[in-house]
Amino acid sequence: MNKPLRRVAIFCGLLVLALLVRVNWVQFVQGDELKNDPHNRRVAIERYSTPRGNIIVDGKAVTGSTTTDSGDFKYKRTYKNGKMWAPVTGYASQAFDANQLEKLNDGILTGTDDRLFFSRTVDMFTGSKQKGGNVVTTLDAKAQKAAFDGLGNSKGAVAAINPETGAILALASTPSYDPSTFAGMSDKDAKAYNGLQKKNNPDEPMLNRALRQTYPPGSTFKVVTASAALENGLYNDVDADTRSPLPYTLPDTSGVELKNEGSIPCENASLRQALRYSCNTVFGKISADLGNKKMKAEAEKFGFDNAKIDTPVRAAESIYPTDNRPQNAMAGIGQASNRATPLQMAMVASAVANGGKLMKPYMVDQLVAPNLNVVQQHTPQEMSRPLSPENAQKVQSIMETVVKEGTGTNAQIPGVIVGGKTGTAQHGENNKDNPYAWFISYAKTDKGTPVAVAVVIEGSDTLRNDIAGGKLAAPIAKRVMEAVLEGEK
Amino acid sequence: MSSTTNTTTIGTIGAPSRRNTELAMLVFAVLIPVFAYINVGLAKEEAVPAGVLGYTLGLGLLAGVAHLVVRKWAPYADPLMLPIATLLNGLGLVFIWRLDQEPQISTPQLGGAMAPGQLMWSTLGVALFLGVLIFLKDHRVLQRYTYISMVVALVLLIAPIFFPARFGARIWITIPGVGSLQPGEFAKIIIAIFFAGYLMVKRDALALASRRFMGLYLPRGRDLGPILVIWALSLMILVFETDLGTSLLFFGLFVIMLYVATERTSWIVFGLLLSAGGAVAVATFESHVQVRVHNWLNPLELLNGGVTETAQAMYSFGSGGILGSGLGQGYSRLIGGIAPKSDYILATVGEEIGLAGLMAILLLYGLLIERGIRTALAARDPFGKLLSIGLSGAFALQVFVVAGGVTGLIPLTGMTMPFLAQGGSSVIANWALVAILLRISDTARRPAPTPAPSTDAEMTQVVRP
Repeated sequence: MNKPLRRVAIFCGLLVLALLVRVNWVQFVQGDELKNDPHNRRVAIERYSTPRGNIIVDGKAVTGSTTTDSGDFKYKRTYKNGKMWAPVTGYASQAFDANQLEKLNDGILTGTDDRLFFSRTVDMFTGSKQKGGNVVTTLDAKAQKAAFDGLGNSKGAVAAINPETGAILALASTPSYDPSTFAGMSDKDAKAYNGLQKKNNPDEPMLNRALRQTYPPGSTFKVVTASAALENGLYNDVDADTRSPLPYTLPDTSGVELKNEGSIPCENASLRQALRYSCNTVFGKISADLGNKKMKAEAEKFGFDNAKIDTPVRAAESIYPTDNRPQNAMAGIGQASNRATPLQMAMVASAVANGGKLMKPYMVDQLVAPNLNVVQQHTPQEMSRPLSPENAQKVQSIMETVVKEGTGTNAQIPGVIVGGKTGTAQHGENNKDNPYAWFISYAKTDKGTPVAVAVVIEGSDTLRNDIAGGKLAAPIAKRVMEAVLEGEK
Repeated sequence: MSSTTNTTTIGTIGAPSRRNTELAMLVFAVLIPVFAYINVGLAKEEAVPAGVLGYTLGLGLLAGVAHLVVRKWAPYADPLMLPIATLLNGLGLVFIWRLDQEPQISTPQLGGAMAPGQLMWSTLGVALFLGVLIFLKDHRVLQRYTYISMVVALVLLIAPIFFPARFGARIWITIPGVGSLQPGEFAKIIIAIFFAGYLMVKRDALALASRRFMGLYLPRGRDLGPILVIWALSLMILVFETDLGTSLLFFGLFVIMLYVATERTSWIVFGLLLSAGGAVAVATFESHVQVRVHNWLNPLELLNGGVTETAQAMYSFGSGGILGSGLGQGYSRLIGGIAPKSDYILATVGEEIGLAGLMAILLLYGLLIERGIRTALAARDPFGKLLSIGLSGAFALQVFVVAGGVTGLIPLTGMTMPFLAQGGSSVIANWALVAILLRISDTARRPAPTPAPSTDAEMTQVVRP
């Protein structure tokens, strides 16, 4: 009987071997995949098992953590002035995951990031709990407050950048939401979250309009068109006659005239006068004369048609269309299918203000380990050069005229040189919807140019003409610039 | 006593009893669970658990008494089985106690804390172990009860049909006021006794009276009868008790013992054909089995938007990784209910002591199984050989079916991991199983009595008148 017994022994050995192979497969080969599976609750438990690190603005945390008794999760996210900061922080919810900075820097905030390995190892030996690191932003609390308060009850967004570094100073979007309301996982949180979704709330409070929404840029785009004219040598002197007819007929059309808003002196106007009065005819003609390719190339240098503008929160792609001649002429005044995010238009103003150098916009300055070691420090990077320094001076000079004696007088700040451009973008079929009021500007002091800002307000039904931008958006831009300048002193 | 006549693999003369080896290993078998216990306490409460002294003394006492009884009543028994069983049982208690620390799965509705109960059952199990060693002087006595065993085994197997199903399987007998027990665990021992007795008598008929057909020995119809009866019985268990594991266990057990008894490969072929046929036939109309197979093929599938038990177990294993989260620091409670303490105890093992720990546990089982088979090899009588291979084979199949099911190697079945998992019947039955194996190995390794002086070998004496 011993021969079959030996075979049975081998068979039983094989059974055990099969089990060993299987557990190796499950725990070693598939281990990481199973460990990080989104349905594996341990991922969320881990995330909320220790107080989350904070997002810092001006040295103060705008977030916090509080203990909860909601089941598996020990800590819950809290926000200070959540509505104001939501476009910056995003949310971190026990039930609904996270987004924006909370999501992108999750590893640092929870303390699981590879760069915190040393810190974790020390914690392990000293027996203290794993701690999360902090995310230090570039935002300016005063500017953010000015932007958020300025927007008030209207629907809109503000983006402000430091033109010299690309640091984002303000990023406001209204209507906003308070991420604290659904940070937990109770029914109340679920109700709050669902109430904020697009299908239940047509105002889309959770949409980050400053980064993630594109608008027709309207007349603010004329700054780009003027830059293209100068860069391509179409004109060299901003005060010289542009030889523009009035009325102006769109190319390749049988007498479709491009209209100006009201009777403004646009015939043969100089670039300075054309921008001051916001002449559609002049800029339409420039765009037509340059052609789609050159216009698109210049727009791209300002950051259009770039789907990867990561601040690190990725901004929606702003578009300059590839189109036929009449549409291209319309695009030169921002009224064809071109689209821009508020951040994009702030980048346009900042490139002009910074001597033609566009800096990469960013809002995370440092990632800091729990032991206060800096694990990552942002260094300002140049993104592109849409203008030569000389041409940048020229565009600055005509933008400053707009604020001094043109459509943008509402943005004047005593003792400070301000350059800007208004815009009122028509939208909807046959212009039936309320227009978007735009204003882009920068402020210059003798120490430099600390701020460029873009403001957009949706659906301002009070005013339908081109002064809407100057009337509604410019005062907000002014308040934001003032707030930044005050901080500079 | 020439070496040519020595057919057993163990030398008969001067074989050391190995009792001191057993004692030394028992010390480790007690200390390892004690350290694990302290480890859980430190992880959960950051303090050495209050019960550690009692637990150490209790486990030490059980192991010590068991060792002394083995030393006295089975001095030549295998030295590895008792330490392995003690270690597994001790670790099982620690894991159950560890899961008792999770309030979500230890609510009164779920039976509350289960470690104290399990400790009591373990004590009863060791008591039965001692009883078997003390009162069963020779395993061949069991041979007398061949047919009684058959009746008892049938009753035990059929009885659960008359009791309500729990957790999707009818494998419990519920006695009001006492609790419930799983007769299948005891039946596996009793049926091994029946098979051993029956096959020992019938093996020559089964092996020799057969026709050769296409290279296979076909048994005669009347010899084929018993195998068909067992086959039908295991299918009935599958259909009426919806218990895949038990039916696989009994059928596999029978095939293994038949093969060992007859040395005919054809029996294995028959066995595999019959079990495959039966499994496919039942799976086509039995929804319970279909669900199990479906879960096995799609372990991570969501059920009504929720994560299934199967998926939770897989996440447990995956999250454990190579070294595990550390005792007391895993989340196998997410599996929910009492399953983490019983069927899915290996998921906790895998998560908290990692791949390394789980492989060690599986190797312990492998070692225990192979020691059992070695006992079968060493046994000198056919009944002992058959009984020990039956018991080891049943143990091996059970380990494979449970561990394979939990890790997703094969479809999940409702059986418990011997010694490790929560469950009174299981721990008692398995202690008895180890006791019988120890009894057989003691008989096998015991030196043959010194031969009586043969007068023929003496120098011829010449008696002078």
